[in-house]
Amino acid sequence: MLFSPAHPMHIPDGFLSVPVSVIAWIISVVVIGIALKKSSGELKERDLPLIGVLAAAIFAGQMLNFSVTGGTSGHLLGAAIATILLGPWPAVLVMTSVVSVQALIFQDGGVLALGANLFNMAVIGVFVAHAVYTLITGFLKKQSWGVFVAGFVAAWSSILIASLACALQLALSGTSPANISVPAMGAIHALIGVGEGLITVGALAFIFATRKDLLKLGDAKPANNKGVLIVGSLIALVLAVLSPLASSHPDGLEWVAEEHGFIEAAKDAFYNIIPDYTMPGISNPALATIIAGIIGSVIVFGVAYGIGRAEKRAKNKGSAQS
Amino acid sequence: MKEFYTPGKSPVHEIDARVKLTFTLAFIIFLSLTPSGAWPAYILFLTLALSIALLSRVSIGLIQKRALLALPFALATLPLIFTGPPPRVDLPFFQTLGIAYSPEGLVRFVSITLKSWISLQAALLLSATTHISDLLTTFQQLRIPKLFVAIIGLMWRYLFLISDEVTRMLRARSSRSAIVPGSRGGGNVFWRAKVTGGMAGSIFLRSIERSDRVYSAMLSRGYTGVLPASESQPIAKNDRGYLILGLFLLMLLWALGLLTGG
Repeated sequence: MLFSPAHPMHIPDGFLSVPVSVIAWIISVVVIGIALKKSSGELKERDLPLIGVLAAAIFAGQMLNFSVTGGTSGHLLGAAIATILLGPWPAVLVMTSVVSVQALIFQDGGVLALGANLFNMAVIGVFVAHAVYTLITGFLKKQSWGVFVAGFVAAWSSILIASLACALQLALSGTSPANISVPAMGAIHALIGVGEGLITVGALAFIFATRKDLLKLGDAKPANNKGVLIVGSLIALVLAVLSPLASSHPDGLEWVAEEHGFIEAAKDAFYNIIPDYTMPGISNPALATIIAGIIGSVIVFGVAYGIGRAEKRAKNKGSAQS
Repeated sequence: MKEFYTPGKSPVHEIDARVKLTFTLAFIIFLSLTPSGAWPAYILFLTLALSIALLSRVSIGLIQKRALLALPFALATLPLIFTGPPPRVDLPFFQTLGIAYSPEGLVRFVSITLKSWISLQAALLLSATTHISDLLTTFQQLRIPKLFVAIIGLMWRYLFLISDEVTRMLRARSSRSAIVPGSRGGGNVFWRAKVTGGMAGSIFLRSIERSDRVYSAMLSRGYTGVLPASESQPIAKNDRGYLILGLFLLMLLWALGLLTGG
C-alpha cells in the first residue's frame, strides 16, 4: 500500500450526515453532467484517451512525495496541474475519475461520502484553481514567470479552499465543531498546499522547458469558461469569508443550522417514515422496540448461523477429500 | 499499489454486481441514518458484514487491517467529547484537573467512529468480491454516461503501467540520494520540491504522449468517437430475491436503531 497514510481530505463514510451527503451528491452530479456534456459536444474525440490516461497519471502521480522536515512530506493532489494542462471541464472529469476509483476500489474516502469528496476535490479544487490561474496569468501577462506564480497560487488555494469546504461539511453534519475543525483543517492544508504548489511549479517548469505548447491547451477557449471563472472566484471568496465567521461563533455552524432549523427539518423528513418512533400498527414504543430487536437479531443470527454451518460442512468435505 | 480484489468462487463473488453495489450503498446509507448510541443496531450491522465476509472467504484479518486505515480521520470528531452538547461532567479519575466532558458528545464520537469502521468493511467487501470490469459494466447498466465509464475504463487500464513508472522513478531517485553519515545530502526543501516536480512533469508529459499513441491505436481499430454499447442482461431471479431480502433486513435494523438510539 503506497497510499497510506490516507490523504486528510478524503472523508470516510460515517462522518457526514445523510442530508449533507445527499446535497453534495446532487451538486457534484450536476456539475459532472455539465462537464460530460461539454466534453462530448465541443471537445474532440481525441480527448477521451487524453483524459483517461492523464487521470491514471494524476492517480499514480499522487505517490510522488518529497520530505519536508522530520516525518512530514509534500504530496501532489493534482487538481491544479490537471486544470492548467487541460482546462477546467476536462479537469473535472479527470479528478472525478481519480476520486471515484479511489473510493470504490481503494477505499480512500467513503462511498456515501463520495459526493462530498467529489464536490471538494473535483469541483471546488478545479474551479478555484482555474479562477486563480486565469486571474493571475491575466495580471502577469508580460512576465514569463507569471505562469509559475499563477501555478503556485492556484495549487495552494485549490487545496486550502477545498479543505475549508471539507471542514464546513463536517461541521454542518455535527461531526466536528466548526470552531475547531475549520482552523485545524485550514492550518494543516495551508501547509500541505505549499507542498502541492511547489510540486506543481516544478512540473510546470519541466513542461515549460520541454513542451511549451502544452501550457496553452487550457486557455484555448477562454470565453467558454467564463462561468467557471466566476463561480470559482465566488466559491473562493465565500468560503474564505464564511469559514472564519463560522468558526468564530462558539457553536459555529451547528448554531446557524439549528437557528434556521433546516437540519431538524431534514431529519424530520427522514425519521417520519416511522411515526413517533413506533412500528406501524404497534402503539406501545417499548413493545415495538422489543419486537424489532427480536426480529432483527433472529434474522441476523440466522444468517450468521447458516453461513457458519455451510462453512463447516465445506471444510469437512474439504478435509475428507484430502 | 495493490487492488483489494481477491479472486474466488464463493457465493458472494457470483452474485450480480448490480445487486452487490446496491446492497452496499443501502447498507452504508441505512447505517448512516441510524442515530448515535444505537448499540444493539451497530452490533447487528457488524454481524451482518462479518457474516458476508465469512461467506465470501475473504480474509477477515486483511479486511480489518485495511479498515484501520480510515481511523486517523476520527481525530476530526475527537473534539466532540469536550465540545458536545451540555450537560458537561467532570472527567472521572481526574477530577482534580477540572476538565469537563460531555457524555452525549462522547456517545456521538464513539458512534461515528464505529459507523465509519463498519461502513468501511462493507465497502471493502464490495471491492474484494467484485472485479473492476464487472463494476464498469454495472455502471453502464445503471445508466451512468458511457463517456464517463469509458474514461474510468481507460484510466484503469493505464493506472498500473503508469504507477510502475512512478515507482521506478522513485527508486531511481532514492538510489541517487545516498547520504554520507555526518554530512547533509541533497539541497534544501525547494530543491527537493523541484526534483519531485520534475518527476511529476515528466510523468504527465509521457502520459500525454502515450495518449496520442493510444488514440492512434483506437483509430486503427475503428474508433469513431462512439463507444460500442454493452449488452444488458436482466438480474437473475435468485439475485433479485437476495436483494429484496437484504434491503428488508437493513430497513429492519435501521428501525431498531431508531428505537434504541438516542
